Amino acid sequence: MGRRKERIDRGVKVRSDGIYALNSYREVLYLAVPRLIPVVGLLVICPLFSDYWKEVIVSTAVYALLAVSWELLYMGGLISLGQSLFYGVGAYMAGALNAYLGLPPVLSIPIATVGGGLLCALMLLPVLRLRGIYFAMVTLVLPLLLARFVEATRILGGTEGLTGIDSFSSQWVAFYLVMVALLVAFYGFRRLEGSDYGLVIKGINDNDRAIMSSGINIHWYKTQILFLAGAVGAFAGAYGAHYDMFAGIPGFALDYSILPIAAAAVGGMGSFAGPLLGAFILVPLSEILRALGALRIVFYGLFLVFAVVGLPEGLFHFVRRKYEQIERWVEVDKK
Amino acid sequence: MSAALLTVTGVSKHFGGVVAVDGVSFELKAGEIIGIIGPNGSGKTTLVNIITGFIRPDRGKVVFKGEDITGKPPYHITDVGIARTFQMIRPLYQLPAYKNLIPSLFSPRVRRLVGGKYGDRDAVAMDILEEVGFERDSSVPYKSARNLPHGYLKRLELGRCIALRPEVIILDELFSGMSIAEVTSTVPIIEKLRDEDIAIIMIEHRLRELFQITDHVLVFNFGRKIAEGTPEAVMNDPEVREAYLGSEDVGEEEIAC
Repeated sequence: MGRRKERIDRGVKVRSDGIYALNSYREVLYLAVPRLIPVVGLLVICPLFSDYWKEVIVSTAVYALLAVSWELLYMGGLISLGQSLFYGVGAYMAGALNAYLGLPPVLSIPIATVGGGLLCALMLLPVLRLRGIYFAMVTLVLPLLLARFVEATRILGGTEGLTGIDSFSSQWVAFYLVMVALLVAFYGFRRLEGSDYGLVIKGINDNDRAIMSSGINIHWYKTQILFLAGAVGAFAGAYGAHYDMFAGIPGFALDYSILPIAAAAVGGMGSFAGPLLGAFILVPLSEILRALGALRIVFYGLFLVFAVVGLPEGLFHFVRRKYEQIERWVEVDKK
Repeated sequence: MSAALLTVTGVSKHFGGVVAVDGVSFELKAGEIIGIIGPNGSGKTTLVNIITGFIRPDRGKVVFKGEDITGKPPYHITDVGIARTFQMIRPLYQLPAYKNLIPSLFSPRVRRLVGGKYGDRDAVAMDILEEVGFERDSSVPYKSARNLPHGYLKRLELGRCIALRPEVIILDELFSGMSIAEVTSTVPIIEKLRDEDIAIIMIEHRLRELFQITDHVLVFNFGRKIAEGTPEAVMNDPEVREAYLGSEDVGEEEIAC
């Protein structure tokens, strides 16, 4: 006699799936609660933390924006190893607008968001026809190349970067700005994913020739998601520049590229909630581990390894399965 | 006779030293079905790839309704009205069957012709799937393409074409891998499309079914068009018999198998 795990959709999931025929508060709550967790968590619970932790949360949100932007590209089959390109471009653009032209954050951030998205899409346009690892390699190289370019030509403050950038008028403005931006990007992308437009994007990942012979210009669609992902990343950079009052070469650092991917791997790829969750685990965890001093990075690395090996599907998909399904062991006859 | 919808003139393509397609010309009129037959490797699929823009020909021209579409990208060629199925099926495996039609219904061509909103497209997709033989009230249209039998996926390809409201449909070995029953139920769908004045090119190895539908056949061998005409005329052509069988003394029944 062997045994296998049987998974059955919970009744409340079956009833509330697809066609919404809800007939009790319990079913309404079943659907609404998970969808409201990010809103309540980010806008209500996060502000309750101490000032120190609020700073950690702000930097978490910046990484989460990059992770959500990474996931959008992943959905369209574009693997980005260079989210720092978006961050760096956004940071320098907002920084330059503020330092050279004196534009306040109210103007510099929106301009850097749109401009940064356009610039990133333009820079990646020539390699858009590449797929998989080839596209990934170019995205990895571009930010490193730009960092060396700034260093060598000494434009935009050279190695010292742009300092003395205006900060936000208050800590609360800064805090809620990034939280609202994260929620807009998160729910906006989720909405996009569910639309016919999102279906085409996923189709490009699945089978680009089939989409082409459906009369859809896949290069134009890829350009559009590059712009969207770039704009969200550039917002993170522009925000970061004003928050840190600094824009410089560290903006192109590998941290901004690797952490979003690690967040997606830990949280679960294939949904926008996964990378968001992943970012909110990894960044605070790295702060907590500071107490360990020099061993910090060892434990951090071990956690990553255990998370990816233990839950290869990602934490979000694991939790979601537990939420939606009943599991039980059943006896099976072994032939 | 009405003017030709699609004109292919002297199209050639070499892959290294191999001549895949060698100076092929033919014309296709609205409401006409042309069958293309020939041994494996005779350049049939390469010709389709040239017409639909996946391969750029070395020489020759493809003209559709007076517009030179030679070497244009595939999405442009679909956009002007030429839809195709793939011999190696290309469904979107992640998605349910009916969602596989959404990209086609969302394409600029269809939105230009009929418009359509988000929810409407699902309903239209279901109608088209029913047309190509998916049981509407069953779970089949909702099943993930990954879990569908091959015959359904073939018809899903046909549905994807129909969704585009094309003027020319190119069916690349649609019947291969289908059961006899599936072929029998698909033939009337193709005849109905022809009656709606859609021009159809069928590449087929299932000759008996093909000859039921069309009386205009092109025969390919080594990239060249070696014969054109009615099935009887073509099958009695000595060059065709040699291409298919390597000898002359075999009856038509065996060819058809």
